[in-house]
Amino acid sequence: MKISFTLNHLPVEMEVEPNQSLLNVLRTKGYHGAKKGCDTADCGSCTVLVNGKAVLSCLLLAPSVQGCTVTTIEGLSPKPDESQQERLYSPEQKAFADENAFQCGYCAPGLIMSTHELLSRYEELNAEEIRFHLSGNLCRCTGYEQQIQAVQNLFQKKKRGELG
Amino acid sequence: MNKIFSTVQKNEQKVDYHGLLRGNPVFTGDLIPKDALCVRLLHSPYAHARILSFDLSKALEIEGVSCVLTHKDLPRIPYTRAGQGHPEPSPYDTVLLDSKVRFVGDVVAIVAAVDEKTAERAIQAIQVGYEELPPVLDFEKAMDSDAPVIHDETDLSGAYDPQQNLAAHYEMMLGDVDLIFEQSEVKMERTYYYPKSQQVPMEPHAAFSYFDEKNRLVVVSSTQVPFHARRILSRILSLPLSRIRVVKPRIGGGFGAKQGVIIEGYVGAVTLRTSRPAYLVLSREESFLNTYTRHDMRLKVRVGANRDGRIRSLDLHALSNTGAYGDHALTVIMVCGSKTLPLYNKVDAVRFVGDAVYTNLPCAGAYRGYGAPQGIMGIDGVLDELALELNMDPLDLKAMNAIQEGEGSPIFKIMGEGREGVEQVAASCKLDLCIEEGRRIFDWDRKRLLYPKKEGSIVRGIGCALAMQGSGIAKIDMGAASLKMNDDGSFNLHIGATDLGTGSDTILSQIAAEVLSVPLTSIIVHSSDTDYTPFDTGAYASSTTYVSGNAVLKAAKKVKEQILQSASKIMGEPLDQLEVHSGHVRSSKSGKAIHYGDLCTQLFYTAHQRQIAATESYVGQESPIPFMASFMEVEVDLKTGIVHPIETVSVVDCGTPINPQLALGQIYGATMQGIGTAFHEEMRFDQKGKPINASLFRYKIPDRTSYGKITAKIVDSYEPSGPFGAKSVSEIGIDTPTIAVLNAIDHATGVRLRRVPVRPEDLLQAIMEKKEGS
Repeated sequence: MKISFTLNHLPVEMEVEPNQSLLNVLRTKGYHGAKKGCDTADCGSCTVLVNGKAVLSCLLLAPSVQGCTVTTIEGLSPKPDESQQERLYSPEQKAFADENAFQCGYCAPGLIMSTHELLSRYEELNAEEIRFHLSGNLCRCTGYEQQIQAVQNLFQKKKRGELG
Repeated sequence: MNKIFSTVQKNEQKVDYHGLLRGNPVFTGDLIPKDALCVRLLHSPYAHARILSFDLSKALEIEGVSCVLTHKDLPRIPYTRAGQGHPEPSPYDTVLLDSKVRFVGDVVAIVAAVDEKTAERAIQAIQVGYEELPPVLDFEKAMDSDAPVIHDETDLSGAYDPQQNLAAHYEMMLGDVDLIFEQSEVKMERTYYYPKSQQVPMEPHAAFSYFDEKNRLVVVSSTQVPFHARRILSRILSLPLSRIRVVKPRIGGGFGAKQGVIIEGYVGAVTLRTSRPAYLVLSREESFLNTYTRHDMRLKVRVGANRDGRIRSLDLHALSNTGAYGDHALTVIMVCGSKTLPLYNKVDAVRFVGDAVYTNLPCAGAYRGYGAPQGIMGIDGVLDELALELNMDPLDLKAMNAIQEGEGSPIFKIMGEGREGVEQVAASCKLDLCIEEGRRIFDWDRKRLLYPKKEGSIVRGIGCALAMQGSGIAKIDMGAASLKMNDDGSFNLHIGATDLGTGSDTILSQIAAEVLSVPLTSIIVHSSDTDYTPFDTGAYASSTTYVSGNAVLKAAKKVKEQILQSASKIMGEPLDQLEVHSGHVRSSKSGKAIHYGDLCTQLFYTAHQRQIAATESYVGQESPIPFMASFMEVEVDLKTGIVHPIETVSVVDCGTPINPQLALGQIYGATMQGIGTAFHEEMRFDQKGKPINASLFRYKIPDRTSYGKITAKIVDSYEPSGPFGAKSVSEIGIDTPTIAVLNAIDHATGVRLRRVPVRPEDLLQAIMEKKEGS
């Protein structure tokens, strides 16, 4: 079946199967940012935004995003057109990089998407609340201390009005 | 030792973050060629069975199925999947597809089809006739005289006594352990159990293969051991090594699970058969069952000691469950002794006996710590119990018996990995600092006075544990590095060392940048492509920072020498007055300077033409020991048996941390895995050997919420033989948290559990039994 939706700010039309997961569709169409860690909605590596909400794309049937706005990590990343010299990061990406908060980075796109949503939903969160909200994104390499620090730094920036 | 570095010991951002954080296609599963066949595996429903017949007709009729392979289609070539040096210390007890299956999930057939759906349909359509055999599921009964023989094939080699299901055996003794034990004032004998946990890297194993333009087989794989993979693939696919190229892209974690050649053979066999690209990405369930797990162990420990707490004899008997195949069986049991017993080096006698048995359960293999977490659990647990009996502070008892700087242990020479070891002393040992620092941060002494503290049914207690590990396998692990200069003053660093997410590309670049006095951005690192990077044994045994790091250090020094020599000619300045500084060569006398870029451009095009480049290799003559002290506070609900970790402090001596943030990340991550093992992580099976919890829904790894406060700290230390004073940090963090939890529970409740994960019902029952007894 054919579905149309907005993917990373652009309208798209795709031929999908009714029982195909959004994750599966994205990855077959060349959007590799969302990762498959379990395919059973337990790890959070496949997190994308649908209408601004963080969802697990492995659990979401592709046809259900008909007419929706879908954003993947590729859509969050700044376009490589301005300064090719610098690494191009969104504020979330930069915050995690500053803390060296990922090792293998397989869980990174998912956690970054969840963090982005969290920042859009809340003005202020303490460490415990951040832990709670991001508990669906598993990381096996780095523990969670440096990642929580990175998100705390983001909320402080937001408070200071530095997130734009 | 206080040394000032410009790039080393700085929190440089990981060099691969640009691709990782932007979600670029950088992992194996992101890079699969569009036309690749999808490979799926048919798994055994039985724990132990012979395959009598196949009916493949229905599967082959399905449109889009390219091939179905069974043991009848492949030559029978025994090998070990374990990715270790050659000759491998693991038994050759595996063939790519066998006529016998040895655990639920064992691979029966390989299917390749145009897409995943078609491949899955074909898998369902294969009919197999089995003769079910009685399985061995209890590893403590694997050596019973009436136990079924799991490896009855005649072409197996390297297993210790397959007729007894004994994959590996090792024993050693120094002094008369039985006599000293008998003579000791205090005797203690206990049995601990370490569970079959799993590595759970977030990226499941993935590989694809294709023939390149020269008709060579290219295998792209999420492997920790690309060069071992090439060697092993050459054997099992009967292809000359020169016709195989193994490439490792970014890896989504491994922790040992990817120190084996597990799926590369399946895709390779399909590409050989069909001449088409083929890929296989394991499902999470397959990742649990078909890769590696921890060797679960029974640890019988006997300790003899004086009343003042001095340990006189240590006696450790480890029974290890290697599962269906003997991958890493011998070396893991050896590490269980060799990287734990020397920690308490002041004993009069010490013995280690290790047996690794086959069972009809998923294969165990390498997992961070590699036997040390199991050994530490037994030894540290008994010492904790000993302290309790002697009414001593367990931290004091452990500290007074522990190894100190400048000391050695005869065990280093006796026990290596799979063979004899290497004599060594701990040239850098700041375990005493780790203990003091942890004692202070954790507030151990105050809590010892206050705790166990009871409020209602809630009681708090504290525990500690000490650990050691190594830095590579001495005189075995070899790493090499090539460095060449470019005409803008940048350098290509090519290393066999395998960054599996640890950040080794970054820290190895930092080492090169430090020597050459350039910013990290001037080092262009490329790792682990068997065609284009020099050899390295791979990422395991905590080897990369020390072994590969020293190779990079040597190569960078060589290149620096060449730079100075060429600069001397071009500048017309005496060599002994030249030095490198900030991307320039300058004369300390005349003050004249030349930028690396200018220098190299001249060397390429106009004057004294040459390519500045060097390749160097390094083999550790010893395996410098990192040390660690961990502290754990828990809260136990006496009414329910539920335990909450409140605070963990882990203090590590890893020499100079080349990148402190990344080193701390290693400690945090390893600590979480140790805590996970204490509270949740164990693979479980039913009475027929069927897995009960092979999913992330039922096998819980720690999430962000419930593990209390965790602090990791690195103490000042400098390893003289390490690159800029560094030794390893990757494994050690997992060794201590698990037993520290049991020690803390004992302190809180007076109840000693000797197995993990801690189940509330077990603890509650023990608490109630203790109440009734008193």
